[in-house]
Amino acid sequence: MEVFLQQLINGITLGSIYGLIAIGYTMVFGIIGMVNFSHGDVFMTSAFIALIFLLVLTTVLGMSSMILALIIVMVIAMVLTSLMSWAIERIAYRPLRGSFRLAPLISAIGMSIVLSNFVQVTQGPRNKPIPPILSGGIEVMNSNNFAVTLSYKQILIWVVTAVLLAGFWYLVQKTSLGRAQRACEQDRKMAALLGVNVDRTISLTFVMGAALAAVAGTLFLSYYGVVNFSDGFVPGVKAFTAAVLGGIGSLPGAVIGGLLIGLIETFWSGYFSIDYKDVAAFSILAIVLIFMPQGLLGRPEVEKV
Amino acid sequence: MADSPVIKHGSDISAAVKDSLLSGLIALGLFGPLVGLRTEQNMRNELVVQGRWGLLASVIGIIIVGRFLLLTLVWPAMAARKERAGPVSETPSAARQAVSRWFAPASVVFLFLYPAIVVSLLGFQGSLKWVDNFGIQILIYVMLGWGLNIVVGLAGLLDLGYVAFYAVGAYSYALLSSHFGLSFWLLLPMAGIFAALWGVMLGFPVLRLRGDYLAIVTLAFGEIIRLVLINWREVTNGSAGISSIPKITLFGIKFDASPDGFARIMDLPISSAYYKIFLYYLILLLALLTAFVTIRLRRLPVGRAWEALREDEIACRSLGINTTNTKLTAFALGAMFAGFAGSFFAARQGFVSPESFTFMESAIIVAIVVLGGMGSMVGVALAAVAMIGGTELLRELAFLKTIFGSNFNPDQFRMLIFGLAMVGIMIWKPRGFVSSREPTIFLAEKKSISGSLVKEGHG
Repeated sequence: MEVFLQQLINGITLGSIYGLIAIGYTMVFGIIGMVNFSHGDVFMTSAFIALIFLLVLTTVLGMSSMILALIIVMVIAMVLTSLMSWAIERIAYRPLRGSFRLAPLISAIGMSIVLSNFVQVTQGPRNKPIPPILSGGIEVMNSNNFAVTLSYKQILIWVVTAVLLAGFWYLVQKTSLGRAQRACEQDRKMAALLGVNVDRTISLTFVMGAALAAVAGTLFLSYYGVVNFSDGFVPGVKAFTAAVLGGIGSLPGAVIGGLLIGLIETFWSGYFSIDYKDVAAFSILAIVLIFMPQGLLGRPEVEKV
Repeated sequence: MADSPVIKHGSDISAAVKDSLLSGLIALGLFGPLVGLRTEQNMRNELVVQGRWGLLASVIGIIIVGRFLLLTLVWPAMAARKERAGPVSETPSAARQAVSRWFAPASVVFLFLYPAIVVSLLGFQGSLKWVDNFGIQILIYVMLGWGLNIVVGLAGLLDLGYVAFYAVGAYSYALLSSHFGLSFWLLLPMAGIFAALWGVMLGFPVLRLRGDYLAIVTLAFGEIIRLVLINWREVTNGSAGISSIPKITLFGIKFDASPDGFARIMDLPISSAYYKIFLYYLILLLALLTAFVTIRLRRLPVGRAWEALREDEIACRSLGINTTNTKLTAFALGAMFAGFAGSFFAARQGFVSPESFTFMESAIIVAIVVLGGMGSMVGVALAAVAMIGGTELLRELAFLKTIFGSNFNPDQFRMLIFGLAMVGIMIWKPRGFVSSREPTIFLAEKKSISGSLVKEGHG
């Protein structure tokens, strides 16, 4: 029971991070039908941006309040990562609309390689550890000498994720931008005819996805305390799995999928084998795509000529 | 625009200045933190940031100047040339036709003579590096590129887990030869068959998927196989890998210093170059076998079906082509050649570990196929030479070390260039940079637009 509870807490934390990344995948897929392969590396790059500004704030400028520094860093990372994602969309994906079917995916794979190697070249191939942020936590339960703890970092991740998702939900459901975004998702040509600026909406979709990925990157950095240039690939694939599991194109699906993947991963490593936890995630990806490509909340896809 | 290709001065220049300054500002946002501030561990293992403002300033300067030149000189010049050139003539010149006709046979002849040329120029010891690092290394990638070309280039199925079949071939040879002492010549076809079986096994469930889903699932399979190789320590020895894999023999003759080894029998001075040259010819023959099989298959119904599948799957199905079988044969054949290459790789290295079979390796092979022009044999070979040979050359250039510091590692830049090239190719020449391959047969005459200009399924 104690182990179960602890794994549940850890799983929800991990799942929140996956969910935030998964939204980027699912929105882009929903609007232009493309697997944004570089999104995982956008997430990794945002963690590096957060790392750099955290170091600037704490060591160079000598800021002492960790929580304030973290919030500032998060905002900076969101802005810069959004700019990066906007530029990537502009350079690498927009010219390919109307090209052959696999072109955007190949371009995205190229972009993913570029991002991870760019970070490797500029920041070096080593792990980048930071001193622990926000140590300590609340002891939820203690029996049989096994203390179930909910650390402050985990609370921070839960709160930030919940607040952001609420804000994001408001953005998509209640604002004109969100309405344009949903219209483009349903029928891009019709939306354009009705005066929606499709290119701008697609750009903004990339920007929103990247902003959420930047939050995930900052949270990832503060949770694990270490980041490496190759950290984009596996979380990226897992978040994509989450998006697919939840039903690609569906926003609540992405969050539910993220939480499920996080829970499956932690329970798998807790009860079966930690070595095969990535195998579990990749297997779920394959199984879901093969047997249930519409996911939990997605619409079945109709093939058109 | 149409009436005057000459640049209008004044407003255009100031707009270009504004635009390039704006790009500089964006570049500052993009590169500022990552280029300008480097995180470094100091003596106490704490991370500190170091400013690299000079580098950052030069990067941004290059971008501003480049953007300005692009706007004021390059693009107007290109537009003007396009206007002058008029419609492009369909038939290439006689010289170009002769080149494209004789290029492939000439390069095959050159490849057969290559070790002899190198040995005559540099002697047996001096030839080692050129035959091994350049010859064998490049030919392995040529073979992998041609193998994947069947799947990606001909059948249009993007396989991101191709390296898994390479791993199956390598581990089949490594395990079966070190545990049962079987010879390479027996294991080579077996490795191919194993890999092909894996190809069918993994191919079967994914056949119903659309292009990008298929790509992601093959990626997942590739990663699963690598993770199993890492974690199934009893059999594969985990990340430590399998070492001292037996070498290949030629009709039972070993290439070593023993009394009945190759050098003694032929009465030559002892050198490791003979083995390398032997390996070179072996991989050359394997690669040519891949090319030969592909070229022949392209003329068979199954080859035509692959190309039809690549162009339009739904049309293909409605014409009564069994897409399941077509896809499976492409998968199995591609996997088989990867299996051959894998067993050769294991025998050549004498050591295999999961490190050699990462996703990046798959990405390199995909990049080679994409850069070469999906479907074009010559293009893929040229892309492999340029990409793999290019990095080996980068390693050789000593002056680069003086510019970039002693820990300069061209491998990092190789992948950076690979990635940029993939994006660039997709934007400018989606059917390949080196050459492109149109479907083998057309209706009597081409329609006004060719398939490479439009989305698949139209035109």
